[in-house]
Amino acid sequence: MSDFEPGDQASIASVTDRVRPVAIGAAVTAIHFLGDRAAFVGAEESVALVDAEGGISRVTVHGGGILCTASDGVRIVMGGDDGKLAELNGKGEVAVLATDPKRRWIDNVALHPDGAVAWSAGKTAFVRSGKGEDKTFDMPSTVGGLAFAPKGLRVAVAHYNGVTLWFPNMAASPEFLEWAGSHLGVVFSPDNKFLVTTMHEPALHGWRLADNRHMRMSGYPGRVKSMSWSAGGKSLATSGADAVIVWPFASKDGPMGKEPTMLAPLQARVAVVACHPKQDILAAGYSDGTILMVRLEDGAEILVRRNGTAEVAALAWNAKGTLLAFAAEDGEAGLLPL
Amino acid sequence: MPSPTLQKIPVTVLTGYLGAGKTTLLNRILSENHGKKYAVIVNEFGEIGIDNDLIIGADEEVFEMNNGCVCCTVRGDLVRILDGLMKRKGKFDAIIVETTGLADPAPVAQTFFVDEDVQKNARLDAVVTVADAKWLSDRLKDAPEAKNQIAFADVIVLNKTDLVSKAELAEVEARIRGINPYAKLHRTERCKVKLSDVLERGAFDLDRILDIEPDFLEAGSDHEHHDHDHHHGHDGHDHGHGGLKHYHDEEMQSLALRTDKPLDPTKFMPWLQNLVASEGQKILRSKGILAFSDDDDRYVFQGVHMMLEGDHQRKWKEGEARESRLVFIGRELPEQIIRDGFESCITS
Repeated sequence: MSDFEPGDQASIASVTDRVRPVAIGAAVTAIHFLGDRAAFVGAEESVALVDAEGGISRVTVHGGGILCTASDGVRIVMGGDDGKLAELNGKGEVAVLATDPKRRWIDNVALHPDGAVAWSAGKTAFVRSGKGEDKTFDMPSTVGGLAFAPKGLRVAVAHYNGVTLWFPNMAASPEFLEWAGSHLGVVFSPDNKFLVTTMHEPALHGWRLADNRHMRMSGYPGRVKSMSWSAGGKSLATSGADAVIVWPFASKDGPMGKEPTMLAPLQARVAVVACHPKQDILAAGYSDGTILMVRLEDGAEILVRRNGTAEVAALAWNAKGTLLAFAAEDGEAGLLPL
Repeated sequence: MPSPTLQKIPVTVLTGYLGAGKTTLLNRILSENHGKKYAVIVNEFGEIGIDNDLIIGADEEVFEMNNGCVCCTVRGDLVRILDGLMKRKGKFDAIIVETTGLADPAPVAQTFFVDEDVQKNARLDAVVTVADAKWLSDRLKDAPEAKNQIAFADVIVLNKTDLVSKAELAEVEARIRGINPYAKLHRTERCKVKLSDVLERGAFDLDRILDIEPDFLEAGSDHEHHDHDHHHGHDGHDHGHGGLKHYHDEEMQSLALRTDKPLDPTKFMPWLQNLVASEGQKILRSKGILAFSDDDDRYVFQGVHMMLEGDHQRKWKEGEARESRLVFIGRELPEQIIRDGFESCITS
């Protein structure tokens, strides 16, 4: 399955005619939903808020490139190369949460459901609790990624040669999970049992947090830049290969000693994955612009967007799972109501 | 149609020992009326006196690649910064990376060889080393970093020439040539150099490997006839011929190989790969133009430590001498082993 031409006789179910095109007109770096409005975060300066009817309103957030974003559905917090950490809420109001005194890039950001926010600039990680208290922690090397644990105030900080588990409210010294190499992205499993990082090498690394046992997830042709937990956290879908690589996390051993499932293979690299919030379905965006919806159980595919354009840059579902938003690197975007 | 390599954003690496004049050269580049916009990556944030819109502070974090090779190092911060900069594509035409005076240029260069994302968007244009005419000779004795930067350079800006006598200048040039005879050398005061001499050099572009003759041969000097008259000092020996002072650096040197007989590709390729695998830590830079048996194309390659890239470049021209030439610049190169290995790849 590599080519969807000609369209009429495609051997695959298609919903391309139901997509509402949205002209963002600028490179998009991430999409988040604030209620039923899709927020297309630009690579530079502004966010385009798009309502279900396709009406666009633009809000300027940063004075430069937008390097990282996180959202809890109520607000989006973004870090920029202007040294600012800024917040955008569903009403379109912008607030600056922090400004780096040296105007360093804000490289990473993470949000906790209780309102805490974590961010990093260079080697320094910051946490602001829901009550507004700031704490900082200097890492041995530049922070590659940040994630809040689903329970308690605990932050995973990925960096060179491992991950530091930091408990900002506790006097206890942080826990260090060691693994040689440069760790970039980091996620906790929704059940808080596993921690997974994307590495500079084309591989993932994982730890079972109960006993810090290692899980090596390798074999990718390219670096993994997108990870998404399926509804309920039973599996982790990833980009980086010519198919969606899905690692099983249902058992207590996670993917240890197990093979991943490969879904929706194309002759193009998977660039972005986003699992449906409620059902065992995922959306996958490819380097040739294709977007597919894929059923995890049997790999059945539905075509959302044809190939032949710029790489897919971002995908997002709304909380109810009734809208899928996507954007390609050239700013062509769309909304698919289900 | 420009080739895809040329559409990638060129990156110039600016090195040089402390106080040699890197910032002066950087400001000269930025202030010149060229109509181009540069993104500048500096080693220390808030460094004084750089006038540019887009300045990014780097941490010079050198990471080992997870492939068991100790010399396969990359600049992790550079991967991150280039990724972030690509969000602002269109806001700048080229990137300049200034390293600290103590930095090894190799991890910077290797970042462009090994990182897929970096390769997709940017290309290494050249390593430009600024050297202080007055103090370089001393630094070459006491600072291994200074020697590295000279050995690694594609372009050397020999600065502050107004502060030394003619004899001292000849001395320092001879020392540079003892290490790296291939870099383009420009004598400057206050880094006054033509921008075209330091930017858009295409030094890592395989298509532009045209010639690997030593730079100073153009000046008509002859260094083929070594009349060895060794006076061993701490740092090497010098021997004069024809009035040109000639140094041989005991530690860092270059090795040139040449043959007008065709090379056997089935022998040469494995030999070269084995050589850089076993001696890659010593070999800083390598470059070659090759004539293979039963092949009408010129083959070119270049490498940094263990990393090599090569390709067929073009057809040999009518009447062009089908000569193979290789150059290695490195530390304590095992000359005889390399020469013997090369000989064994020549078809008889």
